[in-house]
Amino acid sequence: MYVYDEFDRTFVKERVNDFRGQVKRRLAGELTEDEFKPLRLMNGVYLQLHAYMLRIAIPYGTLSSKQLRMLGHVARKYDKGYGHFTTRQNIQFNWIKLEELPDAMADLASVGMHGLQTSGNCIRNITTDHFAAVAPDEIEDPRVWGEIIRQWSTLHPEFTFLPRKFKIAISAAKADRAAIRVHDIGLRLYENEAGEHGFEVMVGGGLGRTPFLGKTIREFLPKRDLLSYLEAVLRVYNQFGRRDNIYKARIKILVHEIGAEAFSKEVEAEWAQIKSGPLALDTITVADIVSRFQYPAYEALKDETEALESAKRDKQFETWYENSVAPHNQPGYAVVTVSLKPEGAPPGDATAEQMEKIAGLADRFSFGEIRVSHVQNLVLPHVAQRDLPELWRSLDALGVATPNVNLISDIISCPGLDYCSLANARSIPIAQGLTRRFRDLEKQRDLGPIHINIDGCINSCGHHHIGNIGILGVEKNGEEVYQIKLGGRSDSKAQLGELLGPAVPAGEIIDVVENIIDVYVELRKNPHERFVNVVHRVGLEPFKERIYAAH
Amino acid sequence: MPLIKDGRIVEDRFVRLDEEGPLPDVVPVLVPAERFLGNQAEYLAAKVPLGVLWPNNKRVSELEPYLGRLALIALHFPAFKDGRAYSQARILRERYKYKGELRATGDILQDQFLFLLRAGFNSFEVKKDADAAAFAEAAHRYSIFYQPTGDGRTTALRERLRRFHANKTSASVPDKEHAS
Repeated sequence: MYVYDEFDRTFVKERVNDFRGQVKRRLAGELTEDEFKPLRLMNGVYLQLHAYMLRIAIPYGTLSSKQLRMLGHVARKYDKGYGHFTTRQNIQFNWIKLEELPDAMADLASVGMHGLQTSGNCIRNITTDHFAAVAPDEIEDPRVWGEIIRQWSTLHPEFTFLPRKFKIAISAAKADRAAIRVHDIGLRLYENEAGEHGFEVMVGGGLGRTPFLGKTIREFLPKRDLLSYLEAVLRVYNQFGRRDNIYKARIKILVHEIGAEAFSKEVEAEWAQIKSGPLALDTITVADIVSRFQYPAYEALKDETEALESAKRDKQFETWYENSVAPHNQPGYAVVTVSLKPEGAPPGDATAEQMEKIAGLADRFSFGEIRVSHVQNLVLPHVAQRDLPELWRSLDALGVATPNVNLISDIISCPGLDYCSLANARSIPIAQGLTRRFRDLEKQRDLGPIHINIDGCINSCGHHHIGNIGILGVEKNGEEVYQIKLGGRSDSKAQLGELLGPAVPAGEIIDVVENIIDVYVELRKNPHERFVNVVHRVGLEPFKERIYAAH
Repeated sequence: MPLIKDGRIVEDRFVRLDEEGPLPDVVPVLVPAERFLGNQAEYLAAKVPLGVLWPNNKRVSELEPYLGRLALIALHFPAFKDGRAYSQARILRERYKYKGELRATGDILQDQFLFLLRAGFNSFEVKKDADAAAFAEAAHRYSIFYQPTGDGRTTALRERLRRFHANKTSASVPDKEHAS
């Protein structure tokens, strides 16, 4: 995990003071709400339906146990005792008072955390693979590059007032666990035929009302050129991105309107001017960043095949193990996903007590490190296999060992109309209803991996376009109705889902999803053919027939 | 509207011309871009210090041939959150080596000062008196900078290396911060 030094600590402190001054000016009436808005947004403060919401950055989804404990403290002291982990690998607190915000931020700053660049039209918190540095299919730790980008983009004087927000995601593994094709910039770190590591650069991906997959504008970017190339992309976007219409202001629209080729040409011309400038990353600079990443002092262990076999005689443990434990790149270790999706609960929520206790478990079993996944779960990345049974018992006691990772009840959902001022419909109650309908874990396992993503408005924080089943709540004549998309996916075969047909009323959506699942079970060639593959093989017709024939 | 130049509140010596009307021959003038581009020869020949008010949707590369003759370029922020002129400013300073006055006009609040300074602006037409008074403090709210720009401030990355090497060998790392 990356260790902040005195520079970072000083900076975060200066940031808190800056914001304290801005809040004071707002409360004294020196700033209008209009003037205050872009300033508070730069600090992660949104005005929601009921209160101000504070969004805290968790850079590339890595947390120390100390930080997670502090999030628990903030939940307890300034909020209503819980927090909400988001698809951006961040956490949100929904009930904070404006007057107390600077104090909450000062508490967070004491562990190096802040809300910087979690909102506003700037380069947002960098996201990456939640299995970074432990996944066996990875070529190097993508967080090093996430950290380099984080530093470069922090209060960037040129790119703090972009046409619209800007999201960058990095993956350095064979499997894409960071959904890089649906970000403004997606970076795929890979090894070329000459054996060098570099980035495939994709731009213009995104969801929202005009979803696009990113287009590759550079097949191979040497690592030393990462920042200068990003600066060129951002400079082109800052100058030529549309500002006349908020819905057309993302870079994806610019890339779509002028074409990826013309866009790439502009970038290359700009890049040629700056690539040998001060942004070029020499090996010393990169080595300095790498040196401040602390990696666990792993013990020399062997894979615990036998011990685990005997532990698996406990069926419940076995179920959890098969579902929630992933291979680690070190022998004798494992990667554990902590499910924040218990039956009937809002996806991604964790209580103060859960945060504090998971922090304790991370200290005991995971070298004090926790990850946040964009699927709204937590991950304990460095667990010795021999500790798995004990860890499981503790997680189970906390209610975070539901063995549903990647199954139909591992739902991604935005906060929706229960919290969000942008939403047109509720999404959490739909998620809750679905987890109840599909509560039978044996049935869930039989269905195999199915990703349901739910949104309460077209802004798509819940990524419905890339859900295997994507559900979008819209408002029609004062009623909440739900559109359904099928066949989306966010992995290395990323694809946008296709609209199934007319929206269905809130009261029917759960039944409709169950009908879709029934059709899948009838049509799959064998129990191993995944839902999303069946949809792509047979198309939407059989699903349409079943859903709409009766209506 | 107070004008801050090089850190001090000063009188604006430039007379802002409209789209039409006579060209004064004794005072410095600030000419709108369209007017300037329609009749460059006349303005370039004028004996007075010359400034151009440049909109944020025109490439500054069009100004390149005239930079040596311009005493002032005023870049416009139609709204606080419209940041196009930050890129224009950096290109003028860092690519074209423009040395004259670079002024931020429009919706300018104290919270932009540091960004503007870092992008290369050295004068500011500020909307509120209180913000103008806060300039010195606002310009020093941060001491840590994470990215190199033409302002030459040392980045955290470079500073770490410098200290590391100073501790180790007391030799300094060559400063690559200054954009060239």
